[in-house]
Amino acid sequence: MTTQANVDYNVDYNVDYEAVIGLEVHIQLKTRSKMFCSCDREYFDTEPNSHVCAICLGMPGMLPVVNEQAVAYTIMAGLALGCDIPTHSKFDRKNYPYPDLVKGYQISQYDQPFCLGGKLDIEVDGEPRTVHLERIHLEEDTARLLHRDDGAEAYALIDVNRSGSPLMELVTQPDMHSGAEASAFLHKLRRTMRYLQIADADMEKGQLRCDANVSIRPRGQEALGTKVEVKNMNSFRSVQRAIEFEIERQAQVLAEGGRIVQETRGYVDATGVTVSQRSKEEANDYRYFPEPDIPPTVLDEATTQAIRARMPELPDARRARFESEYSLSPDEARTLTDSRERSEDFEAAVRAAGGGLARPVALLFIGEVARHLNELGQEAELSETPVTPAHVAELAGLLERREVTGTTAKEVLAIAFETGEMPAAIVEARGLKAVSDEGAIDEIAARMIEANPKAVEDYRSGKKSAIGFLVGQVMREAKGRADANTVSSLLRKRLDSGS
Amino acid sequence: MALTTEEVRHIAKLARIALTDEEIERYREQLSGILDHFEVLNEVDTEGVSPTAQAFALSNVQRPDEVRPSLSPEDVLRNAPRTEDGYLRVRAVLE
Repeated sequence: MTTQANVDYNVDYNVDYEAVIGLEVHIQLKTRSKMFCSCDREYFDTEPNSHVCAICLGMPGMLPVVNEQAVAYTIMAGLALGCDIPTHSKFDRKNYPYPDLVKGYQISQYDQPFCLGGKLDIEVDGEPRTVHLERIHLEEDTARLLHRDDGAEAYALIDVNRSGSPLMELVTQPDMHSGAEASAFLHKLRRTMRYLQIADADMEKGQLRCDANVSIRPRGQEALGTKVEVKNMNSFRSVQRAIEFEIERQAQVLAEGGRIVQETRGYVDATGVTVSQRSKEEANDYRYFPEPDIPPTVLDEATTQAIRARMPELPDARRARFESEYSLSPDEARTLTDSRERSEDFEAAVRAAGGGLARPVALLFIGEVARHLNELGQEAELSETPVTPAHVAELAGLLERREVTGTTAKEVLAIAFETGEMPAAIVEARGLKAVSDEGAIDEIAARMIEANPKAVEDYRSGKKSAIGFLVGQVMREAKGRADANTVSSLLRKRLDSGS
Repeated sequence: MALTTEEVRHIAKLARIALTDEEIERYREQLSGILDHFEVLNEVDTEGVSPTAQAFALSNVQRPDEVRPSLSPEDVLRNAPRTEDGYLRVRAVLE
């Protein structure tokens, strides 16, 4: 039970060993009611034990009835990930005693899950990779335990609100080889769930939980090494760090002539290490058997097709469409489709802006809009601000017609994020309209040349970069409302002609 | 089908039940008897019969995703030996 944080970073473990990683991911489905009863599924910020009935409390003699939406969501996830959807599925009982499991068993799926196989294409450092899936099955979540100690004794408090919520479990094949790959997989998986609107999959809120099976083997060896299960990771970042630590720990053990023990290790976020929790010498014995209270599910082709018809456009398809429909680069299209909501805001703005403005709208979304949203938080969306797609559309129009300069556009957008006023109104009320009168700009240029003899001398003596300073001076005098290219060419004209 | 003492100990451990040696012997006999009853089923010829998990001719028994009222928290806790701040209270859980 010792902590091994003393990894020798001078040893390049990757030279000798290849890591093999498989993930087990649990995702809470965003249904209204629970998996087998009609209690409200929400447990976040609720009064303890207020969303509980005789079924999710595990009272004897109660009859669980399957939530059709939870099944549809699971099938939808399976279709999105290219799984086979078998015609016949059933639920089973997984038996183990633990206080968070009110019945003493969890209703899960053992040998006939809803989805088999499948894959998810990811990209790591610009390289395409494919992660194959073993299966996706549906089960129920457990109650929530709060560990307490009042000095006299250690005890646990139980809130049954989460008990019986639909939980989808996805198991990958041991297809990943680094923490970065695992992280990329989880990001893409979450994006897919959010596009489907079947889960929020926020790891910090426990809506997505991930365990990693990590083993290493000498490079070139076919047989897998002894695997260690790593738990307790509560962010994508901690998944990556935990796996990276575990790979190096195992490599060090082998390098020192040791043997990897098959065990469960918990990740400690504060120190970045994994710590042995329990040895797996004694294999789990869940004594699965078919759930006698729930008749099997038979999915005919028509049902599967009806579920498929409910599916929205998925991230990869939308990205490809954005590239061709709006002439965006792969990077631009990727940024715009990273979140479903942002991709939809972008398209709403393109529609509102009218024809031909997709590009300036896209550049605003990727640039200034994203900058403002990032200030609000990593996953902030436009809907949390007073700015709407119509604002962005109008601003793109003003820019395109050169009624505002790029500098002013930033200012206008900042005000819109503050007040919610429309861009044209902001420009009107604050006199921010671009100076289109070349004569007026030229007049300022003349004054600035007059006022800055040093820069003029530098320029004329061959230091052409001195023009930048003068452009800046003119822009400042014009309060950013002059077009930088116009300013530059007017200055050049004057400086080169000697006036 | 006779169970071994070790098998009974294993089952008791899985169920978190502490048994004395006398109890283990008693349950070993009883459980072995129950298994013998099921052994009778093995005599049935199931050649060509596909396995089933259900004896009812039912499938797809599902309900719409609708929220209905739950029990009151007071009722949920009514049978609990110990509660605290609206939670059920149990002894410390150790892995």
